[in-house]
Amino acid sequence: MEKLVFTRPRYMKKAPFHYCPGCGHSIIHRLVAEVIDELGIGDKTIGVPPAGCAVLAYDYFDVDMGEAPHGRAAAVATGIKRILPDKIVFTYQGDGDIAAIGTAETIHSANRGENITVIFVNNSCYGMTGGQMAPTTLLGQKSTTTPGGRNKDRDGAPIDLSQMLALTQGAAYIERTAVNSIKNIIKTKKALTKAFKVQMAGIGFSLIEILSPCPTNWKMSTVDACRRIDEEVTQTFPLKVIKDETA
Amino acid sequence: MTVKPKKGRIVIDSRLCKGCYLCISVCPNKCIVISEESNEKGYHPAEFTETKDGKDRACTGCALCACICPDIAIEVYRE
Repeated sequence: MEKLVFTRPRYMKKAPFHYCPGCGHSIIHRLVAEVIDELGIGDKTIGVPPAGCAVLAYDYFDVDMGEAPHGRAAAVATGIKRILPDKIVFTYQGDGDIAAIGTAETIHSANRGENITVIFVNNSCYGMTGGQMAPTTLLGQKSTTTPGGRNKDRDGAPIDLSQMLALTQGAAYIERTAVNSIKNIIKTKKALTKAFKVQMAGIGFSLIEILSPCPTNWKMSTVDACRRIDEEVTQTFPLKVIKDETA
Repeated sequence: MTVKPKKGRIVIDSRLCKGCYLCISVCPNKCIVISEESNEKGYHPAEFTETKDGKDRACTGCALCACICPDIAIEVYRE
């Protein structure tokens, strides 16, 4: 007897994604929807999408979604969670959103130990606007605003936001994963499950940074973009549990 | 020589597929190829070889292709 073993998760609408071919966003969307389904929190989850490529995430998630001004997702999520403490609140942000314009909101939310989950998608450039240098762009990486490669003396070194947030008192769980291979996708799903469980237990601020391929702006094939994460991006942003206060 | 029993089968939604080749790169038994025809978006979608020629019975239903598919275009069935 043949059984269906893999299909679209329950909390993902049947809408075609607008993302480029090989984009990591839609893989992460699916993982989040699967985790929400498996934890049985679909009817009480509220998501806050960012400005950036994932701005239309509310078209895809079949849970309640808000929308935040650029970078302010953590502040909006704080408000939602404080008014509705029984709800599970997550933000979904890119690296330009969270590590550039939203640095202040994110750091102070973590420092206050707001009981929210932040999903931080790091593709090391500004994707939606055409591949400009982001705070997380690697040294030497070519972008439209650093055509000769990022220079440490001129542009500064890449910011490791997760490591910065780990220094705050309120952060409970911070992990960095990737979605460039099957192994890393499975690890990412485990990390997301843990982050949502931290929030459900009321322990405090949880953040999962996910390294995601951006073949369009890296000007690579999809397979090469996945390989670049293993070979280059993880040298600057190693995959590991950065902070775990749950034990 | 006995024919190996059929274990798995995938269904690719060609309207959702953007032809990113990721499923092809992870399939351990090379059961997926790129179609010669383009879909309504203008991409050449991935195609399951068994539906093409009906001979290849290598798919085990491991779901690696569906796991990495960025567009949730693949459904996996297993016996």
